[in-house]
Amino acid sequence: MTEAPATFVARASAESGTAKAAAVGTAARHLIEKRDAAVAAYPAMDVMRDRLREIRLHTLTHLDRYLAEFADAVEGLGGRVFFAADADEATAYIRRVAEQAGAGVIVKAKSMVTEEIGLNASLASDSRSVVETDLGEFIVQLAEDRPSHIVAPVMHLTRFDVGRAFADKLGVPYTDDPTELNQIARAHLRKIFLGAEIGISGVNFAVASTGSVAVVTNEGNGRLATTAPRVHIAVMGLERIVPTPEDLGVALEVLARSATGQKLTTYTNIITGPRRAGDPDGPDELHVVIVDNGRTRVLADEVSEALACIRCGACLNICPVYRAVGGHPYGDVYPGPIGAVLSPVLFGLEGREELPYACTLCGACLEVCPARIDLPRMLVHLRERVVDEGDAFGWLKPAMKSYEFAATRPRVWNGVLRGASIGGRASRSGWFRRIPWPGSTWTKVRDLQAPSTRSFRRWWRDRNAT
Amino acid sequence: MTERPLSTVQLFATCVVDAMFPQAGRAVVRVLEECGMTVDFPAGQTCCGQPAFNAGHRSEARSMAEHTIRILDATDGPIVMPSASCAAMVIDHYPHLVADDPELLTAASRIASRVREFTQFLIEDIGVDELRVTTDEAVTFHPSCHGLRHLGLVGYGERVLDASGSDRRALEGAHECCGFGGLFALEMPTVSGAIMDTKLDNIEATGATTLVGYDASCLLHLAGGLHRRGSAVNVRHIAEILSHADES
Repeated sequence: MTEAPATFVARASAESGTAKAAAVGTAARHLIEKRDAAVAAYPAMDVMRDRLREIRLHTLTHLDRYLAEFADAVEGLGGRVFFAADADEATAYIRRVAEQAGAGVIVKAKSMVTEEIGLNASLASDSRSVVETDLGEFIVQLAEDRPSHIVAPVMHLTRFDVGRAFADKLGVPYTDDPTELNQIARAHLRKIFLGAEIGISGVNFAVASTGSVAVVTNEGNGRLATTAPRVHIAVMGLERIVPTPEDLGVALEVLARSATGQKLTTYTNIITGPRRAGDPDGPDELHVVIVDNGRTRVLADEVSEALACIRCGACLNICPVYRAVGGHPYGDVYPGPIGAVLSPVLFGLEGREELPYACTLCGACLEVCPARIDLPRMLVHLRERVVDEGDAFGWLKPAMKSYEFAATRPRVWNGVLRGASIGGRASRSGWFRRIPWPGSTWTKVRDLQAPSTRSFRRWWRDRNAT
Repeated sequence: MTERPLSTVQLFATCVVDAMFPQAGRAVVRVLEECGMTVDFPAGQTCCGQPAFNAGHRSEARSMAEHTIRILDATDGPIVMPSASCAAMVIDHYPHLVADDPELLTAASRIASRVREFTQFLIEDIGVDELRVTTDEAVTFHPSCHGLRHLGLVGYGERVLDASGSDRRALEGAHECCGFGGLFALEMPTVSGAIMDTKLDNIEATGATTLVGYDASCLLHLAGGLHRRGSAVNVRHIAEILSHADES
């Protein structure tokens, strides 16, 4: 595999216009259409969004209290809780659990936080076999690819890509029929489920008052992965908490509609402690790994409300930039508008200076965000931080200085407009096909109409002089 | 809010209209005068500072905001802007930018309550039925993101166009961004161009001869894209559709 270009702009430019980007654009639009239909059919949605926002912000304000309550509840049920300050602590703990369980085979349900902490690679270094069981993640793993969406990891692949990956890696005859592909994955995974010692899942929400973790899926793999193996390890970002089961109800109503346009996901697993005496199934051991990995930093930051995110992916689906380039150019596991806000604060602004600019400020993400997180405002704020430390594009700072100088001095401004009018005369057709740098970036993809040879203010002055 | 007499209207032309689309500014003046208004063009006006604000250059944006606030606060009556994003800048962002200065903040709030995007003024303050121009031009309308999501002008441009009798063709994905995004168009031209292409395909698919909008800066970008692809679609500011022949 070739080294990816270093910057968002370079990566995004390389991806835009590709079949991969087109696949993302189509699928993202489709998901938003389903979301819109579900919202239209649910008159309470706006009230529920307000309620969700309240719950999430309240929880973030009292996170210490709710985390302690949750941990106590889990331990009271016989589960174990581990607070991991960073990715290394989290993976080290999980590796120890795997070691103690003597696990050869580990099955995983979909989890973005385990992507974030690089869990698969670290378990692989202990020669353990980790198998992704979410269909999308399974395909990503087979194709040695990366997820491009937080809900639909293979949004960038077509069924033909999947057919080729299955034929190559599973040795099955090529097919691009989605039902057949599903059957192949199902047959392959079923055997693995039954032999797995450990199941690892993410957590959509953790309920503080009951110590429950909720894991939602549409494939049933989450249920199998958390009940069939002897050990279940649930991994969550420390902000996944909701105070009560009632709050969980609000969050689930809003999550499925926002993410996939469903009223509820097909499988909603609410796991409360390990298997009790007399339970027919469930794991003997339950470990909940609560990951910080930069989240406390976000909590203390001006963009702290971004932690209210419930990972529905609606902001990705509606974002014009995401639709045009897909998830990979964002570089980190969280793409789209939420990623452009979170990644620079979670993982550091250095090397991510362009991310806050990966947005047209169209405001569509705020319109669909179930928690009404003002991502555009946060992105502008992060741009201010980039400006404090440098210049993401190398020409913005000097350009903005001259622009400010002219725009606060009417006589200079008049001169600029006069200059533009004279410049406009340089074009006989009234259009420029190429102009000098940095304006050349404008004419890279579009022509520039010549400034009018007579500005509005000139017309106004002439009109009122007569 | 106190009722203000509608007789005198301040025109904040915006830099893009001033330099690139003066015909749109002239059309705004004509439409307003035909509606019985007296139009004034406050001297000393420059640019609202939106590009600096959006790019994260807060201090530059703040001094431009201060300049504009002082110019506009010295006037009375509604302030009409032929550009939704500039109106949104003044209404939504000026008060935050100057929040550290109580005197300026008060002035910014006064101005914010006086600012109207052009179609907003036609609909909310004048009433569209007063339009005196009819046209049968085949048009399609691009509502800008700032118009829709900052100012809440959902359906405004369409309503005004329908009142003018134009043959308006519905635009697929009308509420989606055109890919302009201010300096975004320069910072990430390839991505901007990819988003624009979807918009241009939708515009051309309507069969309209003219693309109409109320945000001159989106129009600058879309006109450039249409010209680059050799499209026959014209681009005009909505005021140009509603006004009598240009005297220029």
